[in-house]
Amino acid sequence: MTIQSTAQEVTVLELDPFSDEFLNDPYEAHEQMREAGPVFWLERYQLYGVARHDEVSQVLADHETYVSSRGVGISDFAKEKPWRPPSLLLEADPPHHTKARHVVSHIMTPKVLRGLKEGFQERADELVARVAAGKDTVDGVADLAEAFPLEVFPDFIGLPKDGRENLLPYGSMVFNTFGPRNSHFERAMERGAKAQAWIMEQCQPGAPAPDGLGAKIHAAAAEAGYDEVDQAKLLRSFLSAGVDTTVHGIGNALQCLAENPEQFGYLREDPSLARAAFEETVRYSSPVQTFFRTTNKDAELAGIRIPEGSKVLMFLAAANRDPRQWEKPASFDIRRKAAGHVGFGFGVHACLGQMLARLEGECFLTALARNVGKLELAGEPVQQLNNTLRGLDSLPLRLTAA
Amino acid sequence: MPKITFVLPDGLETVLDAEPGTSVMRTAVSHGVPGIVAECGGSAMCATCHVYVETEDAERLPAVSGVEDEMLDCTASERCANSRLSCQLHVSEDITVRLPETQV
Repeated sequence: MTIQSTAQEVTVLELDPFSDEFLNDPYEAHEQMREAGPVFWLERYQLYGVARHDEVSQVLADHETYVSSRGVGISDFAKEKPWRPPSLLLEADPPHHTKARHVVSHIMTPKVLRGLKEGFQERADELVARVAAGKDTVDGVADLAEAFPLEVFPDFIGLPKDGRENLLPYGSMVFNTFGPRNSHFERAMERGAKAQAWIMEQCQPGAPAPDGLGAKIHAAAAEAGYDEVDQAKLLRSFLSAGVDTTVHGIGNALQCLAENPEQFGYLREDPSLARAAFEETVRYSSPVQTFFRTTNKDAELAGIRIPEGSKVLMFLAAANRDPRQWEKPASFDIRRKAAGHVGFGFGVHACLGQMLARLEGECFLTALARNVGKLELAGEPVQQLNNTLRGLDSLPLRLTAA
Repeated sequence: MPKITFVLPDGLETVLDAEPGTSVMRTAVSHGVPGIVAECGGSAMCATCHVYVETEDAERLPAVSGVEDEMLDCTASERCANSRLSCQLHVSEDITVRLPETQV
């Protein structure tokens, strides 16, 4: 079935990209969407979709047409009240976005992050060595993928040791709310609501440790003229986006390596492949699967007219396995050049934390290469279903110490 | 079409056509020119697409933006007056760029 949208007909798809079936295993549907055309119509939600690397890249790059201030979830902020005050970073456009981004970007440059590497590597080696020497069977999620980020990231921000477990349900809630009000949305809101109070407390100026990134964010924001409410919002962005994503990145990496022993072999032989292995994990598993944009004027993409006020759903994960861009896209290959994937987005809204995420991933996988001789699945991985994220609830693993 | 000459640290030169609208970085990466990492894919966030632009050519390029300037302070190889992020360079005239010893 097609609809008329100027000269070209747009294929209409009935699939629900937020159904349990899709979230459990999206890959066939990704292929269907890529093959449907450069742009397609999702009937169920009455919005446009793009799933090829080319078109997803174009939408990401053209932030003046495909805007973020009307929400990067399914909800159009011009028509509906947002569920929480909009993010100054994620849900804003230039010039406001530019100012907010500048405040934060210069306190988290690659140069700053280089100073963290030694400490992160030490923590990663300690954790992985301990877990590998411990119980016969472990949970790759709770014992490794959650443990490492929950230690190093909140330490970097300057959060207290107690209460960090609140970060996970809060992040899960934020990412679920980019999708429709389905069961995942509602359940995540319930769990997240309990965590919200703790999160908001930590975001208040004066709450984070004086020498941590949180305090630096508040200070830089204050200097730029932001009031305390907005200073808190800026830190909130980090707490929302900075944990679940890296947890899933590391968890997915463990799953990929356990399921592809040859690849783990390459990593063991040459631990300097750790960073590339993490990059390939982001391409292959795309912890952040989707984001929306909204057209703020009549637009044309691949000859297809998209009227003003349309939501466009970008399937980052589908673009990351587009055969037009990647050779053997469904193969997990840590020796390929994965750069150019859109797992961290692209352009003015490209993930602010991506260099930190890469650092965490590199240190963790280096520790894994050094300390683990054999990595095997010890049971069925359990998918965590989230409207936006792809990651695991549990990953039974058997680790043999090196 | 303008030509981009890439000079590797060992002196080896590669000359490529600059497709309109394609950055110097993208041209290098899609043709497998070694020495440009471009980890962030062109979002001016990683400082691993660093190049040194030949002086006469450098003067004809659009000025360094605030974001690019910040990133150029993070390069692994020494920042010089003619340092640029190749992901931010879209050329309309012939240009020669020298690649640094390292990007990481």
